[in-house]
Amino acid sequence: MKLYFKLALRNLLAAGLRTWLNVIVLSFAFVAIIWSQGLYRGMSRHAAQAMTEVELGGGQYWHENFDPYNPLTLQEAHGPVPEPLAQLIQEGKATAILIVQGTLYPQGRFFPVLIKGIDPRQKILLFPSRYLELSRNLELSQSGEIPALIGSRMASTCGLKIGDTVTLRWRDKRGAFDARNLTIVHIMKTSVQSVDQGQVWISLDLLRELTGLEGEATVITLAKDVNFAGAVPGWSYKSLDFLLRDIDEVIRGKTIGASIIYFVLLSLAMLAIFDTQVLSIWRRRKEVGTLMALGMTRAQVIKLFTIEGAMHSVLAAVVAALYGLPLLVFFARKGLGMPKAVDSYGFALDERIFPTYSIGLIMGTVIIIMVITTMVSFLPTRRIAKLKPTEALRGRIT
Amino acid sequence: MENEILIETRDLVKIYPMGRHGIIALNKVNLVFRKGEFAGLVGPSGSGKTTLLNIIGSLDSPTSGSAIVLGKKVEELSHKEAARLRNKNIGFIFQTFNLLPHYTAYENVEFPLLLLKIPASERKRRVMQALEWVRLADRFNSRPSQLSGGECQRVAIARAIVKEPAIILADEPTANLDAENSHNILQIMAGLNQQLRTTFIFATHDDKVIRYLRRKITLFDGRVVKDEIREQERKMDDTLPVKEARILK
Repeated sequence: MKLYFKLALRNLLAAGLRTWLNVIVLSFAFVAIIWSQGLYRGMSRHAAQAMTEVELGGGQYWHENFDPYNPLTLQEAHGPVPEPLAQLIQEGKATAILIVQGTLYPQGRFFPVLIKGIDPRQKILLFPSRYLELSRNLELSQSGEIPALIGSRMASTCGLKIGDTVTLRWRDKRGAFDARNLTIVHIMKTSVQSVDQGQVWISLDLLRELTGLEGEATVITLAKDVNFAGAVPGWSYKSLDFLLRDIDEVIRGKTIGASIIYFVLLSLAMLAIFDTQVLSIWRRRKEVGTLMALGMTRAQVIKLFTIEGAMHSVLAAVVAALYGLPLLVFFARKGLGMPKAVDSYGFALDERIFPTYSIGLIMGTVIIIMVITTMVSFLPTRRIAKLKPTEALRGRIT
Repeated sequence: MENEILIETRDLVKIYPMGRHGIIALNKVNLVFRKGEFAGLVGPSGSGKTTLLNIIGSLDSPTSGSAIVLGKKVEELSHKEAARLRNKNIGFIFQTFNLLPHYTAYENVEFPLLLLKIPASERKRRVMQALEWVRLADRFNSRPSQLSGGECQRVAIARAIVKEPAIILADEPTANLDAENSHNILQIMAGLNQQLRTTFIFATHDDKVIRYLRRKITLFDGRVVKDEIREQERKMDDTLPVKEARILK
């Protein structure tokens, strides 16, 4: 086998520019696939990490009526915090969130929002809930205004800034409408849209008081190291895997989209290699005859030509490593700036995404390309199996 | 063993399919070649010289009859067995040299030994020896494109002889060479035949080659019309320059 690799490499290098053109196109495919897969992995990892830290924790218990995709369920989606979960909250291993529908009236317009109550002292989520603490907002409390924090997207949409006062209306547990002014005490900058757009965060105790829902919650978020606290009647446990499923699916969708580009790139490279192989066998038919006359079997000649074609991918891997590794390392360190439009992707993305490359990704890509190249290289060589040595020596193909 | 029969053909027929009846390239050829022969198949184009050479070289198989080469019936050999026979026992020299273009002279000569899986040190010794035989040791690193026609053919001879095969088949080996180079090549081959007792069989219609043959088999329309042992054998010392004779001895 060593002999075939040696001969194949020698033949390949001797083919000069033709080889290097194929190798360079194939190396683009290597780098593009690894880079973009790394980028999507980086996105996925960042989104999962950010959402875990800011919103999902180690998993959640949802009130049985809670359906995040159906706002009409919110009116009934709350209940008293059950004992085992209350115990966890006491121990600082979970935090309760109450979600109520409301309307904000910024600058004379109305804007439907979700009013979310969170414990200002919670340490479960990396969420700036401390800005809602009563001790920070004594003046506001005395004047009857609600201290609230919102995300930067929400602030931008409603044209609000810190210190602005705006009217908030909600319905209490009996369905009666009530309204009060709220003042923006903090605008948080977060990549997690699901805690930002269309949401107003206020103190949990205050929201319970305003709605008459004392001791109630919609969602209980567990700390990262607490995964499952057992079955709780009236509440359903949602694991982190379940909660991140949407992101995984979005990323998968994006990856499939990107795969079309790889497919085109790889197809171009494969077409070039296939073409080279066909030409090579045609141009070197006399050489094939000579190899047979010297004692090579047809199978051996096929093996030699297949290895020769497949070696394109080996050379491409080397070339890709030469310019690709520094490029990939550069992006892994410096990240890639994301345009504002990525907010429309529907999951948490930072301003810079740092691609993540694993050994599995690199080796997997290399192996897949090598296998495809070998298959493409093999196909034209089947013609050699039909070749008569005497015809080949005369430079004919039968 | 002297006079050992290496090749025997019995009622050898080769018909190439063409039209309704096909072309008869060989018609009941019966021949015997012994060890150490320096024989030639002569005749006009289309007389069946190359076809016979190809069948003896197990590159082709007969339509009927039998070709027994080193005890093996060519018509019964599988592709693999035929390749093994060529690899171990038969050397080929072609009209157009058929050197591997990207390989140096050394690498071209080395190639059959690589297929035979000869160890590297032994390979080197034998390649250099073969290149010495054809007086090209100093050009071992040249590629075919850097060699003249005569030198290319000498590399091809070295490649054929390096594995010290029992039989060397040369198809019009001088057709692409000028007179001086032709004589050089023939002297080298005659010398190797004497020294190594390798059987040489030529397909030729070149008078220069015919002059060197010790056995001349004339083919016409696929039949052997004459098989003559030449009385006047050329003596090595008469034909080779002093320097060449010394090398070969």
